[in-house]
Formats: sequence, C-alpha cells, structure tokens
Amino acid sequence: MDVELRGITKRFGPVVANDNVNLVIRGGEVLGLLGENGAGKSTMMNMLSGLYTPDEGEILIDGKPVKFDGPGDGIEAGIGMVHQHFMLVPVFTVAENVVLGVEPTGRLGHLDLKKARAQVEEINQKYGLHVPADALIENLPVGIQQRVEILKVLFREADVLILDEPTAVLTPQEVEEFFGIVNGLKEAGKAIVFITHKLHEILAISDRISVLRQGRITGEGDPKTLDEEKLAEMMVGRHVSFTVDKTPAQPGSEMLRLEKVTLLDDKDDRLIDDVSFTVRSGEIVGIAGVQGNGQTELVEVITGLARGNAGRITFAGDDITHTSVRDRHRRGMAHIPEDRHRMGMVDKFTIAENMVLNSYYDEAYAAPLGSIDWNRVNETAAAFCVDFDVRTPSVFLPGGSLSGGNQQKMVVARELERQTQLVVASQPTRGVDVGSIEYIHKRLVESRDEGDGVLIVSSELDEIMGLSDRILVMFEGRIVAEFDNTGGKADRNQVGLAMAGATEGEAA
Amino acid sequence: MSTSIGKRELDDAGRALLQRASGGRGQFEDLVIVPIFAVIAALVLGALVMLATGVDIGTIGKSFVALGKGSVGSLNAISETLTSAIPLILAGLGLGLGFRAGLFNIGAEGQIVMGGLAAAIFAFSFPGLPAILLIPLSLLAGAIAGAIYAGFAGVLKATTGAHEVITTIMLNLSSFLILIWALKQPYVQVAGRSDPISKSVPEAGQLPRLLDWIDPNLRVHAGLFVMLIMVAFIWWLLFRSKIGFAFRASGENPDAARYAGMKSGLIIVAAMGTAGALAGLGGASQVLGVLERASPGFSAGIGFDAIALALLGRSHPVGILLAGLLFGGLEAGGRQMQVDAGVSIDLIGIIQALIIVFIAAPLLVRAIFPWGFRKDKEGGAA
Repeated sequence: MDVELRGITKRFGPVVANDNVNLVIRGGEVLGLLGENGAGKSTMMNMLSGLYTPDEGEILIDGKPVKFDGPGDGIEAGIGMVHQHFMLVPVFTVAENVVLGVEPTGRLGHLDLKKARAQVEEINQKYGLHVPADALIENLPVGIQQRVEILKVLFREADVLILDEPTAVLTPQEVEEFFGIVNGLKEAGKAIVFITHKLHEILAISDRISVLRQGRITGEGDPKTLDEEKLAEMMVGRHVSFTVDKTPAQPGSEMLRLEKVTLLDDKDDRLIDDVSFTVRSGEIVGIAGVQGNGQTELVEVITGLARGNAGRITFAGDDITHTSVRDRHRRGMAHIPEDRHRMGMVDKFTIAENMVLNSYYDEAYAAPLGSIDWNRVNETAAAFCVDFDVRTPSVFLPGGSLSGGNQQKMVVARELERQTQLVVASQPTRGVDVGSIEYIHKRLVESRDEGDGVLIVSSELDEIMGLSDRILVMFEGRIVAEFDNTGGKADRNQVGLAMAGATEGEAA
Repeated sequence: MSTSIGKRELDDAGRALLQRASGGRGQFEDLVIVPIFAVIAALVLGALVMLATGVDIGTIGKSFVALGKGSVGSLNAISETLTSAIPLILAGLGLGLGFRAGLFNIGAEGQIVMGGLAAAIFAFSFPGLPAILLIPLSLLAGAIAGAIYAGFAGVLKATTGAHEVITTIMLNLSSFLILIWALKQPYVQVAGRSDPISKSVPEAGQLPRLLDWIDPNLRVHAGLFVMLIMVAFIWWLLFRSKIGFAFRASGENPDAARYAGMKSGLIIVAAMGTAGALAGLGGASQVLGVLERASPGFSAGIGFDAIALALLGRSHPVGILLAGLLFGGLEAGGRQMQVDAGVSIDLIGIIQALIIVFIAAPLLVRAIFPWGFRKDKEGGAA
C-alpha cells in the first residue's frame, strides 16, 4: 500500500505546523522521518491517523484521495501508529491487550479469548515477533512490550506502520533485534515510517529519508549519500558539532561518595542493591544503563527525594545520608531531573518563577516579611535566559509555552547558574533538539572544568560515551561494570553488553 | 562555579525579556466578557424557568426590577449587598487559597460554624474589655477556631493521606452537632431559654455599623474592612510571599514542589489552617457584625456558596472579591424580589447555579453570544 501526502498544510491559529508538505510512503520501504521537537512530525502523523484534518492538500492511498474525519479512520484505512509511550494495560495478557477494542466474539457476543490467542500466535509466527501471548504485560521487558504495540497494529491489519521514536527505551542490542523486526515487516510488504531524532539509527534502517524543519520538508535523500552532519544541518539549519570538546579530566577532591547504598521497594525487592562509587571534583562520571534498572531511584537517593534503606552518602566530606532535599541543594548540589514536566518545572508558572523554583527562599531574593524580591527574581531570570540562550520574548510567559529544548535549557540554567559543587544530571538532553543538546553538553563540561563533580545518568549511550571521563554501568539495581573513558577509550560494545547484564563484573 | 543569583547587570537582550507580555485579548475575554454574558444568559434562563412555573411576564419584569433595586438600587440595597458579601468573600478567599495549593476543601461551612461560635463565646466571656481589644480578640478567636478545625483535615491528609473532601464533609456534619451541643451548655446558653441559643455579644464586642449615622437600619459593618484587608493580604500571600510560592507550586505540580525541597505535609497543614482561619473569620464577622449571637444553622450555607464563589473567582483574590459582590447582590436582590414580586427566593439559587454553569463553560458562552469575541478561536492550540 502506498500513501501520499500532497501539499498538506495545517495551521493552529497563527502557527503553521505543516506548510505544504509532500511525502510519499511506499509499501516494502522504510521511510525515515527526521526532525526536531516541534518541527511538525507529530502533527503530520496525527493527520495520517485521522486525529487532525488538514487545512489544505490531500492524502492519497494507492492514488485515491481519502478523507479522515476522526481518530480511528486512519487504522480503518490501514495506517497504524506505534506510540512512543506504550498504551497497554499492565495487568492484561499480551493477547488481551492486542484484541482490546476489536475483540473477537463468539455467537452469543461473548469474548472468545481462544480465538484471540490463535490470531495473535499467527501474527507472531508470520513476522517472527516471539512474544509470549499469555504473559502479563507487567512482567515483560520494555523491548517486548514494544513488540506488543506492533502486534496490536498488525492485528488491526495495518499496511502502513508509523513508529514514533521506537528506540528511545531500548538497549543497543535490543535496537539491533528491533531493526531485524522492522526489516522483516518491510520484506512482508509493509510500509514503515520511522520517526526519530537519532541520526545514526535513521541512516542504518531507512531506505529514504525526509527531514522536517519548522513544518517544511527541508531535505530528502538516500541514506547512502547522506551522513550525520548533513542530516543535522538539514534538521537544525546550521552546522552542528557532535563531538563534545573537552580536555582530559583533572579529578580533584572527592565530592560524592556512596557506600553500600541499598533501597527496597514495598515488596522488599532491591531497587538499588549495595551500590558504592565516588565522584570527584573536576570529573564527569556517567551512569549507563537501560531505563528502569534503578537509575531513577539512585538519583532520588542522592538528591534526597528518597531515603535509602541502608548505606551512607557523603557530600564533600559531610554525611548527608539523612538530610533533606533542601539541605543538599543548599550545600551546592544541582539536580537536573530526568523528567522536566513531572518534576523539573511547573508548566503554568512563568519562566521567572520556574527559574527560582528551588531557590526562591534564598537570601538573595529575600524581601521584608517573608516576601520574595520579585524584581530581583525577574532580572536574574532574564540574565539566565540570556546566558543559556533560552528563546522567549519575555520571562513572564508560562514555562509550558517554551519548546522542549528551551524548557530543558531553562531547567539546566536554573541548576548550573548557582554556586554548585556537584551536578546530578539525569537524562539531561531527553527530548531535546540537536542544537540544544550541543549547548547543554558544553555547559556540563564547563561545570566540570570549573571544579564541580558531575554525575550524568543517561540511557543514551552516545551521550554517556561522549561526555563521561568514567563510565559506570547499572543493571538490575547494581553497578555491574566500570570503564575508564579518558580520551573516549572505553569500548562501546563492552559498555553495551554490560548494559544488557552480560559481562557482570568482568569488563573493566 | 561562580554564583550569579541575586543582583545582575542586564544587557539590552536581558532587559528586553523584562517586557511584560500583555495578557492578550483571550484573557480579557475570559475574565470580563464571558462572566458578563454568563450573567445575562443566567437571567434569561431564570426568566424562562419562571415562565415555566406559571409566573406571568409582568411579574417576571417586576421581579428583575426588584433584583436590581434590591442589590444596587438604593443606599440600603448596597449596604445589604455588602453585608451579605463580607462572610462569603472571607470564606471564599480561604477556599481559593486551598484550591491554589491543590486542596479541595469543602469544609468552609464547618469552619464558619466553629469560628462564629468561638467568637460569640469569647465576646460574652470578656464583657469588661474595651471594644478596641474585644473586637480584634473575638475575631482572632474565630480565626483560630476555624484554623484548628480545618487543621484536623490537614493533619489527617498529611499523616494518613485521608482525602480532604471526605474529611471536611464529615467535619461539616460534626460541626452542626457540636454547635447545638455547645449552645445547650449552661455557660453558653442564654439564661431562661430552653432552645439552643447563645448569650448575646456585648455591645463592645459588636463590629460597629458604618452607616448608622445616616440610617440606623443600614447594616453594613466594620467587617467590610476586615474583608478588604484580607483580600489584599491573601493576594500578597499567594503572589508575593515565599510560603505562597510554595502553596502554588504544590497545587500546580506536587512532584515539582517535592523536587524543589518543599515539605508537602507542612504545606498541606499550613494551607488548610489558613483557609480555616479565613472561614472562621467569616463566621466571626457574621456573628459579631450581623447576628450578635450564635444559634443553630447561623452559617446558613455561606460556606457552600463560597465554594462556588472561589471557583467563579478563579481562586484569585480579586476575582473572589468581584464574585462575592455579585453573589451578595443576588442575595440582597433576591430578598427584594420575594417581597416585591412574590417570587421564590429559590430562584436566586437557580440563577446563581446557572451563572456558574455558564462561566465554567466558556465555549458555550462564546457559541451563544458571538459579540465581543475575536473570531479566531483555534489560536495557540498545537
């Protein structure tokens, strides 16, 4: 099945989200769609799934114009979307999740799960997905959950699969397997749209690439004749440097020390299992690992959001095991949280308010009677915006009105502009465009060079490899490997294997 | 890294960022035009309800004239409007503050009861004190009683996670029974009466009437100033103070508040306590300024109307002030309607409810009234 977008324009008020977009999706082909956040990728895909109606232009399926009026029309026509965030019921089995909404029923209208199972198995076999049909979703690793999402759209007989940032949650090894599945689908004649901002992946998997910037197609081409630099330039509109410029680390005194830190969950399972490590001033320590292996909890324990069940944490020589979030903040611990929307900012607060979210009580902003000196706050916020290139017309706009990259720069500015000794940065560039990534990385290295200890937790291996002086790998709550990465000498493959739990304790 | 918070020299780029973005047309429409049309729509629908219940057109016209006359048509009408608005606004401020902090406090009614009762008891217990002491101390007693009563719900939520909607509803019901029990205690009850009613507030404890030099029947009292001061105070607290910043952050995004080192339990108790103090103050001012004693049911549903008020005023002190004046006017005008046109006072309740429905559904109002709204409705959605 072929799908063509012809001259598609979509406006939201004065904002043109898609501007005269032409795109062809062919059966038996992988189309890589590249673009920064807010470039219009989602709008385009939402028009394909029927959620939005284009203002101008038309969508053609196999040469015939179609009109989608609501969500559901897309899948009806054979266009299926696999979302970045899974939409699965954790306590249902795979088969139950797959048939949810289109359940096969028996003569009396009752749910025929046996039939559902059989159908799921059939698709499983056909495309080599290897998903256990009877397993509960909550017991499956994310990589398999993602395949369930693919099963869902295949079950609904989609011929066009739109994969939105599918590799964000996978290990490098899982990505390889996933590419195998994508290629299998392609050979079966399915059309695949692969949306991502990871340049090397798009080059590896696509047959054709389209780049979207500010609602327009700014580049198209054959991956064989393109490279990462050219793609980045199409995507951002200027030259982007990929390698993080940094000198060898000059580690100084010890900033952070964890000794046998353990954290249990409600069921007494070990979320963090006997973790010990140190971060010195003037070095960047990266914690690699697939999401969900205890990194989130580790950061919470270090920053004071959670209390460990055992172990000791010292910060610049002082025991902080039992101190509060604010105490650690006051001592000079900066925390860039992994999810800025959930924790790092208040969407409805102004940029100025967000810039002092965790330092509003500071003496520098104090006014009589427990007031905050808002003039000073506003001026400081404006200065931070200038320093960190947060693009906004005014600091009085809501933080939520900024683009993803600018929101993240706002959070990073707030954390790094203070007098700090240790920077704990969790997924510092998640969901951020290439240009902002470059900038945030530069500032983190600057913090290091000014003598801060920097701890970076990221599931992006490239980020860890590029930034860290030392790499720790976390797997199932434990630190399973450590690598010296001076001059980038750590072996990417070895780190990847440790992330999958393969070389427990050996690689060093 | 060198510190850079606090005083900073700004260059031109920085100063440009300090330009206030104007709220824009959309905000003006939402805050001014929508409420005006909502009131009009509610009055029209109210007229239809009257028609449906067999009231003839002439009487409907008469009743709306009476509504206007009774709310703003004379000095007495304005005095009545303000008198009704005082406790509504005080309790509404407390509820609005709670909403800002993410607490859906339903308990203003109970807090008003406790505040009014405490103020009455305090006032008749110290009849010898001069007015300059007795009035503020009685008001304070009311505020403290309200704060403690609301504080229960806060502590329960902070320590056990008990939801404040449930606990405050229960506390409302308890307060009515506590009131009746207290009013029957020999220390509280008027000597010689068998029904539950408290001793009178001594002259020195009564909030002075402001306009009795014009006409002794004008009831508006000094509680008006207490209310206006509180509007300003709550505005300051929410938008200028450190604790208000923490309240608002906790309400908008509790995870971000935790990340920022704010203590959620403390904030819950503080916000509930402040809300209760305001409602208690509302009860106290009603008892000290209007009723002059506590009796069963003296709270008269003010605490429930105040919920609507806080929603209508979008939990903003100035919005609550305006909404309170509107509700006060409706109440005063409603009484006039009943007298002049013989229309049931319940109609006012219907009109109040309709106003809220329309304000809660701005798109509906925009669809009914095409005038005054900018055409481009899709603006900004992405």
